[in-house]
Amino acid sequence: MRALNIGDFEFLLLALRWTIALAALAAVGGGLVGLVIALLRTAPSRAARWAAIGYIRLFQGTPLLLQLFLVFFGGDMLGVPLGAWTSAALGFSLNAGAFLGEIWRGAIQAVPEGQVEAARALGLHYLPRMFRVVLPQALRVAIPPTVGFLVNLIKSTSLAAIIGFVELTRAGQMLNNATFRPFIIFGTVAAIYFFLCWPLTIASGRLERRLGAAYVR
Amino acid sequence: MNYVFHFADIWDAREELLDGTLLTLRLSALSMVLSLFFAVIGAFLRTSGPRPVRTAVAVYVEIIRNTPFLVQIFLIYFGLPTIGLRLDANTGALIALVLNGSAYTIEIVRAGIESISRGQTEAARALGLRGLQIFRLVVLPQALRVVVPPLGSQFILLMLNSSVCSVISADELTAMAQDVQARTFRPFEAFITVTVIYLVLSLLFSGAFAAIERLAFGRKVPAR
Repeated sequence: MRALNIGDFEFLLLALRWTIALAALAAVGGGLVGLVIALLRTAPSRAARWAAIGYIRLFQGTPLLLQLFLVFFGGDMLGVPLGAWTSAALGFSLNAGAFLGEIWRGAIQAVPEGQVEAARALGLHYLPRMFRVVLPQALRVAIPPTVGFLVNLIKSTSLAAIIGFVELTRAGQMLNNATFRPFIIFGTVAAIYFFLCWPLTIASGRLERRLGAAYVR
Repeated sequence: MNYVFHFADIWDAREELLDGTLLTLRLSALSMVLSLFFAVIGAFLRTSGPRPVRTAVAVYVEIIRNTPFLVQIFLIYFGLPTIGLRLDANTGALIALVLNGSAYTIEIVRAGIESISRGQTEAARALGLRGLQIFRLVVLPQALRVVVPPLGSQFILLMLNSSVCSVISADELTAMAQDVQARTFRPFEAFITVTVIYLVLSLLFSGAFAAIERLAFGRKVPAR
């Protein structure tokens, strides 16, 4: 056991980069998956809607930790060892896709039916109808809950520590193993997460109130 | 893909997995009941306590909701023994789940309380009821009825979250899967089996909550 020093806190702050990088990667990957899921979930075809519902149920009905394990060991099983980085990025993207898909489905369904009918009357096909008429309007409704979800995403990247990915939580664990000062180390780790997440929580609440006010008139 | 699945090893460990499933259910049910108990107190203090208490509850909720559950477990399980509170893994898991679950449940119950119209409180006061009586007899029963569906979802979230307790080796389902895979070298089979168990549990519970809701309150619940 050794004493804590200033360098250890720098070590934690540096590990924060990987938490942010992983969250950003998962937000982009999850955004792409989520867009597909949201479009399938609101598609005219019943089979597409059921496929999306199945995907969402699967990822929202099982623990994220096990999803990460399955991606991690699933790669080994298929003969392509993925390593901690790829497994984490892939696992979080697939999971975030289910949650974002469900959030954005709500936003798409909040766009008045008349908009879709008008676009159809103007002769717009499915893709231009969605991308030029429905989605831009859905965006307004989607932003507050999406920002709120980012908080969840950042917090959940801590689980990557369990599959050996060195980010903030894993760095804290390593430091604790060396110095055994759990309160100060995990307290600092928690504080770093808090100051990363809290502004997003506040922003999400504000955006939601502003959006609410816009709809009340 | 030329991988050969070996589920026989997993089948041999069925009793261990069953024990893990039961502990997951006990841990989740107990944490949910305790969370709800603390949440009712917390939500009362948050809505009608004196100002410093209201702020304290709000700060607690914000801290818990803006930090990862995994870090909270580490703080409790590794931190408490350093101030002389020895915990076994299952107790540590329970404390962490209750501390975490209470914060989310306080917000749910608070939303329920705030959805009850002021007229109810005013009428109760006109009938001569006092502060805590109004809360206990008028506001709380109506609020709890409103929050049954979100509490159901919260229970399922809590159950799925309890898998994180495997890091401190509480003997719940995910930790059992870890044991089985370490012994049999069949990680994929062990984890997929346990994932299916969680999926079945969460589908069963969401079905059961929807049925209870329909039978007890006679209203249709929109699908989760």
